[in-house]
Amino acid sequence: MGLKIPKMRFKHIFLAVILLAVLTNGAFAAEEPKIDTGDTAWVLISTALVMLMIPAVGLFYGGMVRKKNALSTIMFSFAILALISVQWVLFGYSLAFGHDVAGVIGNLDWIGLNGVGQAPNADYAATIPSMAFMMFQAMFAVITVVLITGAFVERIKFSAFLVFSFLWATLVYDPVAHWVWGAGGWLRNMGTLDFAGGIVVHVSAGVSAVAIALVIGARKGFGKHTMEPHSIPLTVIGAMLLWFGWFGFNGGSAVASGGLAVNAFVVTNTGGAAAALTWMLLSWYHKKPSVLGTATGGIVGLAAVTPASGFVTPLAAIVIGSVAAVISYYAMLFRMKRNIDESLDVWACHGIGGAWGAIATGIFATTLVNPAGANGLLYGNSGLLVTQIIAVAVTWIYAFAVTFILAKVIDVTIGLRVGEEEEAVGLDVSQHAEKAYS
Amino acid sequence: MKKIEAIIRPEALDAVREALEEKGIVGMTVTEVQGRGRQKGVCLQWRAGEYCVEFLPKIRIDMIVDDGFVEPAIEAIISVAKTGKSGDGKIFIYPVEEVVRISTGERGEQAI
Amino acid sequence: MKKIEAIIRPENLDGIRIALQEKGIIGMTVSEVQGRGRQKGVCLQWRAGEYCIEFLEKLKLDMIVDDKDVEPAIAAITQVAKTGRNGDGKIFIYPVEDVVRVSTGERGKEAI
Repeated sequence: MGLKIPKMRFKHIFLAVILLAVLTNGAFAAEEPKIDTGDTAWVLISTALVMLMIPAVGLFYGGMVRKKNALSTIMFSFAILALISVQWVLFGYSLAFGHDVAGVIGNLDWIGLNGVGQAPNADYAATIPSMAFMMFQAMFAVITVVLITGAFVERIKFSAFLVFSFLWATLVYDPVAHWVWGAGGWLRNMGTLDFAGGIVVHVSAGVSAVAIALVIGARKGFGKHTMEPHSIPLTVIGAMLLWFGWFGFNGGSAVASGGLAVNAFVVTNTGGAAAALTWMLLSWYHKKPSVLGTATGGIVGLAAVTPASGFVTPLAAIVIGSVAAVISYYAMLFRMKRNIDESLDVWACHGIGGAWGAIATGIFATTLVNPAGANGLLYGNSGLLVTQIIAVAVTWIYAFAVTFILAKVIDVTIGLRVGEEEEAVGLDVSQHAEKAYS
Repeated sequence: MKKIEAIIRPEALDAVREALEEKGIVGMTVTEVQGRGRQKGVCLQWRAGEYCVEFLPKIRIDMIVDDGFVEPAIEAIISVAKTGKSGDGKIFIYPVEEVVRISTGERGEQAI
Repeated sequence: MKKIEAIIRPENLDGIRIALQEKGIIGMTVSEVQGRGRQKGVCLQWRAGEYCIEFLEKLKLDMIVDDKDVEPAIAAITQVAKTGRNGDGKIFIYPVEDVVRVSTGERGKEAI
């Protein structure tokens, strides 16, 4: 009998807890939108997928540089992951997604994530905690800065690289993200469609890459001596991991787990595949089916389909990807012919791929895929195409101008470039006192 | 006939190759080697702390030339590989008794 | 005593090793080297367009032999390595002053 009393007590406590839970839950439900566990889980997984793309860019780029710069190139992505993650929490998220100031920038209400908590924010994602949305967007900010690093590999001073990355995220990424995605952003209000960052991520990074490449100048011996990629397998592993992560990049941009995420998932894979195939055939036509080329084509297609992924059908993705590969291929040849050492073709891949994708969204978008989107040219609405072209052009000009000035200022103050001897021995030893291979 | 063996900085290889080509010396063999001389080794970082590497990466170029090409070759190499600092490398000259071109069986100066 | 240095196509290594063994030449050192001669370099693909490499992968065999073994060695190498096309490689012969076997301290022919 002595055992029975505690048993009864537990039963009562148990009932009381359930009652309390039901009551409190009901009370919250009346005030705030309901969090969907499936949506939250998908966005968290997508965030982790996008995070994987960051070191993947490091491998992708790292394989294409010479052996003596392999570590330094991989380090760029790691360092930016650390640096911009902190910047984002401190004030980056607030600048990009905080309360609007005149359509151009967020204010500092959310500095240090003040007010960004576990409750949803219906402006961005009504069914997940706003912290989940913040974290997902943090990875976008990081990877955009990482993409630019392909422009200045093998010759940038590490300190200058850190200063540039921090300021670029603040002066270019945060405002452009606000224009296109922030509540009250002027391009968003104009009706610009950019599902997962064709403009915000790829155009801004690609154009900025040219600007800083022009300021920092060509690598010693560029155009004269052979600069052989030291490990194409590393690059292919990077490309594959990027593709994998891209499911989160685009699929997660639905910020919900449902039909739209699935459409983005399918369209993403299809666009990347079509572009990889096209690039392979192009290289075959010119010489032989190239491994490095096929991997590059995949990335170009994925970049191009990014802005469109929540608005177009899988068949449209095949067109978007294939055309992207052709334009980007010849853009790359054009860049080489002009003797501009934008070393790993961030502009040709992401600038051109992203711009084409954003414009293609204005052609192929349909409300049959996403009722919250708009119809493009093919569905009888020419207005969207004009809007998309304006958004691309504005981003192009803004990103180029600000990056060019920023790079110039860093160059005359602390200096962008390492010394000649440091460049000759490679950045691994000269900047990090480490070697990739021994 | 002489063998010229030049130890140079890796980054100088392309320029040395071009300078030699201008003097008419095309054939050569290149080997990645590690060397030490007056130039000290280098200390690299471990996860914390550091370790020192006593040998630095260098490139060795071997070429067999007619006696008359020895001085021009030395000049060509020095003209591009010299920075004036320790670590520029060294050039060694050896006698060669015979050369055979495998594809034709030619011997001696014909085979260079 | 002579030093025989043979630059060969990498794919011929095993054939040459066996041919030399039949002539009683067992000791040798093999290095991976890059070379250029009459055979041109090769152009590889970049993501778009291409880049050219001036040096091709070769193997270098070094062996020190008794004077009387020089011609048999040349014959053995040539017999396997000769295709008649550019790129078959070359054989160089150098004089050697002395040889020491580290394990025993033997010198000269004994040490070969």
